[in-house]
Amino acid sequence: MNQIFLVNESRRRFIQGVGGLALGIYVGDAFADKGTAAPGNGGADLLAPVNFEPNAFVRIGSDNTVTVISKHLEMGQGTFTGLATLLAEELDADWTQVRVEGAPADVAKYKNLMMGIQLTGGSTAMANSHEQMRKAGAAARAMFVSAAADEWKVPANTITVVNGVVHAKSGRKATFGQLAERAAKQPVPQDVALKDPKTFKLIGQPKLHRKDHVDKTNGTAMFTQDYKAPGMLVAVVAHPQRFGAVPKSVDAAKAKAIANVVEVVQFGGSAHRFAGVAVLAKNTWAARSGRDALEIEWDESQAFKLGSAEILAQYKEMAKKDGLVARKDGDAAAALAKPAKLIEAEYETPYLSHSAMEPLNCVVKLGEGACEIVNGEQMHTPDQGAVAALLGISPDKVSITQLYAGGSFGRRANPQADYVLEAVAIAKAAWDKGIKVPVKMVWTREEDTRGGYYRPATFHTARLALDGGGQLVAWHHHTVTQSIIKGTAFEAFMVKDGIDATSVEGVADMAYEIPNVKVELSTPDNIGVPVQWWRSVGHSYNAFVKEGLIDEAAAAAGKDPYEYRRAMLGKAPRLKGVLELVADKAGWSQPLKPGAAGEKRGRGIAVHESFNTYVAQVAEVTIKSDGSLKVDRVVCAVDCGLAINPDIIVAQMQGGIGFGLTAALHGAITLDGGVVQQSNFHQYLPLRINEMPVVEVFIMPSAEKPTGVGEPGTPPIAPAVVNAIAAATGKRIRKLPIADQLTA
Amino acid sequence: MIQLTINGKGHSYDGDPSMPLLWFLRDVADLTGTKYGCGMALCGACTVHLDGQAIRSCVTPVAAAAGKKITTVEAVGADKVGHAVQAAWQKLDVVQCGYCQSGQIMSATALLKSNHKPSDADIDAAMSGNVCRCATYVRIRAAIHEAAGTLSA
Ligand code: FES
Ligand code: FES
Repeated sequence: MNQIFLVNESRRRFIQGVGGLALGIYVGDAFADKGTAAPGNGGADLLAPVNFEPNAFVRIGSDNTVTVISKHLEMGQGTFTGLATLLAEELDADWTQVRVEGAPADVAKYKNLMMGIQLTGGSTAMANSHEQMRKAGAAARAMFVSAAADEWKVPANTITVVNGVVHAKSGRKATFGQLAERAAKQPVPQDVALKDPKTFKLIGQPKLHRKDHVDKTNGTAMFTQDYKAPGMLVAVVAHPQRFGAVPKSVDAAKAKAIANVVEVVQFGGSAHRFAGVAVLAKNTWAARSGRDALEIEWDESQAFKLGSAEILAQYKEMAKKDGLVARKDGDAAAALAKPAKLIEAEYETPYLSHSAMEPLNCVVKLGEGACEIVNGEQMHTPDQGAVAALLGISPDKVSITQLYAGGSFGRRANPQADYVLEAVAIAKAAWDKGIKVPVKMVWTREEDTRGGYYRPATFHTARLALDGGGQLVAWHHHTVTQSIIKGTAFEAFMVKDGIDATSVEGVADMAYEIPNVKVELSTPDNIGVPVQWWRSVGHSYNAFVKEGLIDEAAAAAGKDPYEYRRAMLGKAPRLKGVLELVADKAGWSQPLKPGAAGEKRGRGIAVHESFNTYVAQVAEVTIKSDGSLKVDRVVCAVDCGLAINPDIIVAQMQGGIGFGLTAALHGAITLDGGVVQQSNFHQYLPLRINEMPVVEVFIMPSAEKPTGVGEPGTPPIAPAVVNAIAAATGKRIRKLPIADQLTA
Repeated sequence: MIQLTINGKGHSYDGDPSMPLLWFLRDVADLTGTKYGCGMALCGACTVHLDGQAIRSCVTPVAAAAGKKITTVEAVGADKVGHAVQAAWQKLDVVQCGYCQSGQIMSATALLKSNHKPSDADIDAAMSGNVCRCATYVRIRAAIHEAAGTLSA
C-alpha cells in the first residue's frame, strides 16, 4: 500500500466554524490499490484506513479523484448525484472527476439536519443538506486556492479554479491531485462565501449525467442482493401466513437433506416483526428449496385474523362517531345545516405494498461483541440502535456499509427495523450453533409482498356545502386509518394530542380558502396489520380524496375545475403558480381531441403540496366501449425551489406518476381471515410500459431553497385520473384502485 | 455434468440440474448483473439471451441451457446492438434505482436485433414483460428509439 493520510490540524476549528460540517483531504492512491470497488457503493470499507477520519463529505486523491461522501441512500431518486452536484459546484470540480460513495453510520457527522438522526426520507436529501454540501465544497476550494497562493507566491485573489484545475494569472496551473497534499496543510477557512447562483455551472445544468448511469447499465452496480463475502451463507425464510403467528413445531429433516443446505434455524419475533424459520445454504436456490421443504406447524393463537371486509366495516362504524379534531376553522356544522348544495361522499383506499424491485434483504457479519450490516440502508441511526439492543452491545459496535437499494419507496426505512433485525436474529441463531459466517438474508418476492408494513388502508366520509353561487363554504372530512407513527420512536414529535400528523397531512393543511373546515381523525388500535410510510405517506391518499372532492364541488357548482381551484388559491401563490403553468402547458383552454367512435375521452386536473414541493398535473384518458381505460398523457408542473438537477426532477416526476398510477389503476393488498391474498406480481399488479402515458414535465423557475422531488410527483396523479374519468363518463370514482370499476 | 457457455466462456456444473439458470449465473458464475425480481417470469429482471433469444433465467433450468450460448448484461456491450442500447441508456439517464435495468437492456437489445425500427407499439409489446417499479418507462421508450437511430445511422 502506498498511501499518505494527512489529518488536518485545523479540523476541529473547521468543524466548529461551519456548524457540524467536516472536511478531510486525502492524499494517496488507496482507491487505485483496491480498485475493485464499484464506484458509488461498497467503497466505505475499502477506503477507511485507520488514520483517516471518515468524518467528511469529500476526499480528494492525488489521482485527482474527488470522492463525495453521501450521507443519504441512493435508492433511485438521484441523491448521490444531487449531493455531488452541490459540492462539486462550489469546489469547481470537473464533473468527470467526481465519484460518490455512501457514508457509514455516524449520527454526529451524517445526521439529517431536519431530523437529527441519520435517515434518508421525507424527500429531505436536498432540502436538509444543500447548504452543508455547498459549504463543504467551497471550503475545499478555498484550501486549494491558498495552497496554490502559497506555492506560487501570488495573491490568493488572483487565483481561479476551473474544472478541477487551479490557475494563476501567469498561466501557471495545477490539478487538485497535485495540490492535495499542500491543501491539506492550509488553515481551514472560517467563513466560506458561496457562489452567486448566476455563476453556477453544474447546479441547474440539464445535461449533467447521473453518477450511477454507467454502473447501473453494465451490471457492475452492487446491491445487497449481489453482495458476497468469504464463507457467506444465504438465508431464505419461512414466515407465518398470519401476522403474529409463531412456529409451534418445525420438521427440518427434508430441508437438511438438500445438497448445500447447511443449517436450519428458528428466529424469534416481536410485536413488530415476524418469528419464523430460516434455511441457511451455500447458494440461494438451495436455501429456497430447503425453505420450501420445511414442515412447520404454526401457533396462531395470537395471530391477527380479520379480513379487509371486516376492517372496512369497522372503519365505517368508526366514521359515524366523533373523531379527534385535526383542524377546525369557523363552524362547518352550521354551514352544512343549510347548504344551497350538499355533497356527501365516502372515499376508500386499500393497503399497498412498496414492492421495490429488489426484494428486502440484508447482510449481517457478526463478530465478538460487534456487528456489521451491509444493506441498502435508509435509516442508519435507528437501525444501528435496534441492532445493538438486540445483540446487547453498544451502538458504536454496529457498523453499517451502505449499498445501493433497488428501490425502497419508504420500506427500507422501517421504524421497527423489522427486516434488519430479522437478518440479525438469523445470523445470531446460526452463530449460537457455531456457524460464525456472514449471512445474507433474502426475502423472496412472496415474503416481500406479504411482509406487511403497508401503506395503511383508509376510509373517509366527507360533507361539503356550497352556497348559491357555487362557492365552497363548508368542508367536513373524517378520516379513519391506522397510525403509522404510534408505537415508534417518531411518536414523540409526529403524534400530537393523539393525532398522527401523517394521517391527515394534505387535508388538515390544505390551502384552499374555505371559511368553515373541520377535519376529524379516528385511529383504530386493534388492527394487527403492520403499516408504514409509502412514497408520499398520507398525501398518497389524502390528495386523492381532497382533489376528488374539489372536483365534485366544481361539477356541482357547474364551474370549470381549473378555474374553481384557482379562485380558492389566492393565498397560496406557489400552488396557484404550478396550477396555472400546468393548465397552460396542457392546453386546458383548448378542447380535448375526441376519441375514435365508441371511445370517451376526458381530462382531469389536480394540484397538491407535499414536502414543501408544489405539483400540478393534468391527465388525459380514453375509455373504450368495453370500459377499458388508458391514461394517454400526463402534463406535470413542479415547483421545488432551486432546481439542482433539472433532469432528475423530470425523472422523479415521471417515476412518481408511474408509481402513483400503479396504485390508481391496480394496487391493492387485501386480507382474508388475516391472510394476505397477494404474493407476487400476478396478483399485485405493477404498472407496465404499455400502460405508461406520455409524460411532459415543466419546472417552475425559482430561487427559493431547494425542496424534495422523490415523493411529491405521486399524490396528484390518482385524482387527476379519476377527475378525467368523471369528465369523460360522468362516473365518479371514490375508491382505489380503479381496477374493474369502469367495466363492472 | 452440464456444459455451459456464458459470455463466451465455458463452465461446467454438476449440481442440481433443475436449478434455475439465474442462480447459476449469480451464485456460481459470479455474474450478479442479472437480477432476481419475482422468480415466476413476471418481471423480466432476470432476462438473459439464450442463443440470441431473450429468456427469463429464473424459470429456465440450468439443464435447458446446456450447450447453448448465454449472454448476460456483463457482456452484452460487446455486441453492436447491445452497445448501442447501453449507450442510449446512459445518454438519456434512464436508470433510477437501477435494479430492473439489466433485464430492460437485455430485452431491448433482443427487440432491436429482430426489429431495427420499432414503433411505440412494438416497444410496448416487447417490453411489457419487464417491470420497472421506478417507472422509467418513458425513458426506456425514448432510449430504444435513440439506439435504433444510432444503429441505422
Ligand atoms: S425474476 Fe425472472 S421474470 Fe422476474
Ligand atoms: S430503475 Fe428501479 S425498478 Fe427500474
